[in-house]
Amino acid sequence: MMDMQTLYLLVPLAPLAGAILAGLFGKQIGRAGAHIVTILGVAVAFALSVVIYQDVAAGNTFNGTVYTWMQAGGINFEVGFQIDSLTVMMMLVVTFVSLMVHIYTIGYMSEDPGYQRFFSYISLFTFSMLMLVMSNNFLQLFFGWEAVGLVSYLLIGFWYERPTAIYANMKAFLVNRVGDFGFLLGIGLIVAYTGSLNYQEVFAKAQELSVTEMAVTGWPLLTAICICLFIGAMGKSAQVPLHVWLPDSMEGPTPISALIHAATMVTAGIFMVARMSPLFELSDTALSFVLVIGATTALFMGFLGIVQNDIKRVVAYSTLSQLGYMTVALGVSAYSAAVFHLMTHAFFKALLFLGAGSVIIGMHHDQDMRNMGGLRKYMPITWITSLLGSLALIGFPFFSGFYSKDSIIEAVHASTIPGSSYALFCVLLGVFVTAFYSFRMYFLVFHGEERFGKAHEHHDHHGDHDDEEPSADHHHGLAPGQKPHESPWVVTLPLVLLAVPSVLIGFFTIDPMLFGEWFKGVIFVGDNHVGLKELAANYHGPVAMAIHGLQTAPFWLAMGGVAVAWFFYMKRPDIPAAIQRTFKPIHSLLENKYFFDRFNEIFFAGGARALGTGLWKAGDQGLIDGVAVNGSARLVGWVAQMSRLFQTGHLYQYAFMMIIGVFILLTYWFNRG
Amino acid sequence: MTDIPLLSLAIWVPILGGLLVLATGSDRNAPLARMLAFAVAVAGFVVTIPLYTGFDTTTSAMQFVELTSWVPRFNINYHLGVDGLSVLFVLLNAFITILVVMAGWQVIQDKVAQYMAAFLIMSGLMNGIFSALDGVLFYVFFEASLIPLYLIIGIWGGANRVYAAIKFFLYTLLGSLLMLIALLYLFMQSGGSFSILDWHQLPLPIEPQILIFLAFLIAFGVKVPMWPVHTWLPDAHVEAPTGGSVVLAAIALKLGAYGFLRFSLPIVPDAAHQLAPLVITLSLIAVVYIGFVALVQADMKKLVAYSSISHMGFVTLGFFMFNPLGVEGALVQMISHGFVSGAMFLCIGVLYDRMHSRQIADYGGVVNTMPKFAAFFMLFTMANSGLPATSGFVGEFMVVLGAVQYNFWIGFVAATTLILGAAYSLWMYKRVVFGKIANKHVAELEDINGREFAFLAILAACVLAMGLYPFPFTEVMHASVNELLRHVAVSKL
Repeated sequence: MMDMQTLYLLVPLAPLAGAILAGLFGKQIGRAGAHIVTILGVAVAFALSVVIYQDVAAGNTFNGTVYTWMQAGGINFEVGFQIDSLTVMMMLVVTFVSLMVHIYTIGYMSEDPGYQRFFSYISLFTFSMLMLVMSNNFLQLFFGWEAVGLVSYLLIGFWYERPTAIYANMKAFLVNRVGDFGFLLGIGLIVAYTGSLNYQEVFAKAQELSVTEMAVTGWPLLTAICICLFIGAMGKSAQVPLHVWLPDSMEGPTPISALIHAATMVTAGIFMVARMSPLFELSDTALSFVLVIGATTALFMGFLGIVQNDIKRVVAYSTLSQLGYMTVALGVSAYSAAVFHLMTHAFFKALLFLGAGSVIIGMHHDQDMRNMGGLRKYMPITWITSLLGSLALIGFPFFSGFYSKDSIIEAVHASTIPGSSYALFCVLLGVFVTAFYSFRMYFLVFHGEERFGKAHEHHDHHGDHDDEEPSADHHHGLAPGQKPHESPWVVTLPLVLLAVPSVLIGFFTIDPMLFGEWFKGVIFVGDNHVGLKELAANYHGPVAMAIHGLQTAPFWLAMGGVAVAWFFYMKRPDIPAAIQRTFKPIHSLLENKYFFDRFNEIFFAGGARALGTGLWKAGDQGLIDGVAVNGSARLVGWVAQMSRLFQTGHLYQYAFMMIIGVFILLTYWFNRG
Repeated sequence: MTDIPLLSLAIWVPILGGLLVLATGSDRNAPLARMLAFAVAVAGFVVTIPLYTGFDTTTSAMQFVELTSWVPRFNINYHLGVDGLSVLFVLLNAFITILVVMAGWQVIQDKVAQYMAAFLIMSGLMNGIFSALDGVLFYVFFEASLIPLYLIIGIWGGANRVYAAIKFFLYTLLGSLLMLIALLYLFMQSGGSFSILDWHQLPLPIEPQILIFLAFLIAFGVKVPMWPVHTWLPDAHVEAPTGGSVVLAAIALKLGAYGFLRFSLPIVPDAAHQLAPLVITLSLIAVVYIGFVALVQADMKKLVAYSSISHMGFVTLGFFMFNPLGVEGALVQMISHGFVSGAMFLCIGVLYDRMHSRQIADYGGVVNTMPKFAAFFMLFTMANSGLPATSGFVGEFMVVLGAVQYNFWIGFVAATTLILGAAYSLWMYKRVVFGKIANKHVAELEDINGREFAFLAILAACVLAMGLYPFPFTEVMHASVNELLRHVAVSKL
């Protein structure tokens, strides 16, 4: 049997090797070579993750250094792994979804000239994400954190000729950097007060930190640390107000929307806070902050999903809203529920995205739902798997999403920390909203009148990007009379393989993950917090929970959402338009996404440019160069000018000057005596 | 320790080699001059390698010391030596010289021998600055190094080169005259010694300490350059040929920063402590103010020049945190900035050689015609915005950690570079490289050739190596930095 430590190392290195081969030698190994090496790399990582999972399940964990990156100021900067139940769960999710996406990409990107480059990027992403989740210290966490951001940047801008794509990728990177700014300060505070970057060493001092005040500001230290770290999570996991980059990230190819912007990268913030539970548990202020931000995201981003017409954007807003649910769970100390929802969501949201991608292929790269309808006849596998994904998303009993979402709602219900009643309102109403926008999309795409192939009614789905040139390419749509078709097997196979866990994983894993011993010693819940304790007392197995679920408010809210969606979009399609007319201000508010983008564009982007120009023109050119530098140069020049009057080059004038000089000197000399 | 005078070789091989190149004469012999210059540059780098491999990381004492009397009457000595603060810069300088020779290979067709010789001689002089332990020797090298750079800008520069060259020269001369006064004062006070190491031990009352500190601050601050004496740099960069910009950014800016470590902190520690808030404020202004100014530049070279000033703000900030993370972080930042800014200017040079424009607006969609170049440029742009796993991250990360340790709010302001640096770097990259092909000139661009690939690949390897494993770099510094901090903590009053 191979040494476990070698296995740990191989998990991230296998995808990295694939990425390097496909990236640097893409031309030599060709298209098939590129997808073979990268899929092989990720498959190896997945297989090894399964082996490691069995090892962890058998009770073996690991925490150790791979190499010392640097030493300075008495602090060890290391690269190292912490392998425990939380890590291995993330490893399984990341490698499995990544493998599915790799396979799917063969079909989705088959005609793209950047084929090898794309495979290289997604394998590089898998490597970065694995480094992030396997880390045992803050340095490597930050490494992975920024590295996934880089790959996300590269992939959103993958179609670099599209103005919207290269606008979106820069926006994503910069907004994430705002989050990272907080994250870095949080790490800085940890280093300043504990002298260590290692998780376990820092956790050991958590109690001490919680009673310390910060030197200059006098703030409670641990609260400051937790809020700073959480600001990083707000960037990465797209929480209000740093959520603005995620909807725009849909400019990237669909496989990465599934992998990066739904299943894995955006959940890094959730994972991080769960990992830091020993710190967050000691600051109720930070937890309340987390709770309120999460609840706001969960509800208000859900509303935006209702008015979208681009199929990918609906799923994107749904992702924002579900990330809000996870954050809410963190806020009420139900870390394991957050991570549980992270896992179920990874499967069903990847499924929904890949399903949307399959629809987009079928529609010849038309993403506007108003041009779809009745697709179930033409794309049966996509249809059934999308239905299963939607049911999981709305939390239908027995589906995976039911177990995770219901647990979160119950935990919020039981919680008493400030903000929990607001959060309860948000997550309950959110259930209705989720069901409504999900089935609005479902009905618009798969049921009803076939609206495709009518070129004259082609809606420009990029209408919400008035400030950008509409991109002409990549949005062909179906020609009149043309019918959509089911996607090739490399596309549908991942759909089927993802549908299985989307339906079943909750049922089979809720026992160990939420109420068992799986996260024991990894996730920490303080005695003063309810967390999932109340829930555990009333828990009698997954079947009983699902049956009980049929009688609770969330279920009926979800059913209500589905029913209203059916009524509005199948029975009486005239109603939505009427509502839109009646409540025009509200619709316009939603259409403009609460004006966040407009505000950022004017205030931050415009403000920075104006400030930069002002400092440059007034400061550098005006004051420093204009007054100080050139002013003194002019002064010198003036003095030189004056003295030049005396240097005419005529000998007689010099002689005359000399005579005057001598005369003055003599006068002075005689008068002195 | 060997008896070979390695530091003298590091100084004189390039200088004498440069004179030899000069002797090849007119441009008829240009191919010979190029080959010879390349050979000298490589030889100049090779002789510095034993400085690293033979370096004793356990001691803070000067190593590879050479001491010969030079002007006995004034007790001026030819006194050389390096420690953990300086040794890496000798290597960096010798290394960058090779790349500069490669970068000027085709572009420079006029006065080739003189061009190459100027760079080689400058390289030797700069090694002299980093290894001089005698005040006068330091001063001579410091001043002499101005001349080749002045000539490079003035002869091979752009349209407005004379204004830029004179502005550069006068700015730095003003600073160094004040330094000369300070050096003479120290000579008097120390009872007739020009030894920098003697001055480290010299007790001084607070008033002269402050005056000396201010004189050094202006002298070195101009070189760094620190806000508000930075305006010569963008002009100098814009007018300088690519090689000139590379040396200016990669090495010349380090001279001032190095001066703080060798002179200001150890000679007048009490003044350094008292005036630290001043330097910290100026550094933070450099980071933030210059960051915003960089954002709105329309000229790529100016943008990178401003970005350099902003990054150097991190260096001076790190020094005055008076903690190991800050000082070592600043040193790492200096080395990294040598690689990254050098690479950025080389990338701009690659574009300029083809398009004869530095205006961002003249570009767009370069990736379509120059994919290999775009990949390298991406890496360096990311390094410039401090992405982990590149060298640009290491120093910034350490300085921010050091700053938070020192005072949360200073760390807070410094950390804004994370946003600003990314904003100006990526925005430029987006406008130049991404998008559709903007015009017919971009459509005709040819991707990098083998020579360009070589120097960009070498720098890429350096940037990544330092980002993935900075241990060998910081290991060299520990002993000297700790000794410096211990020394600075002791009052001289």
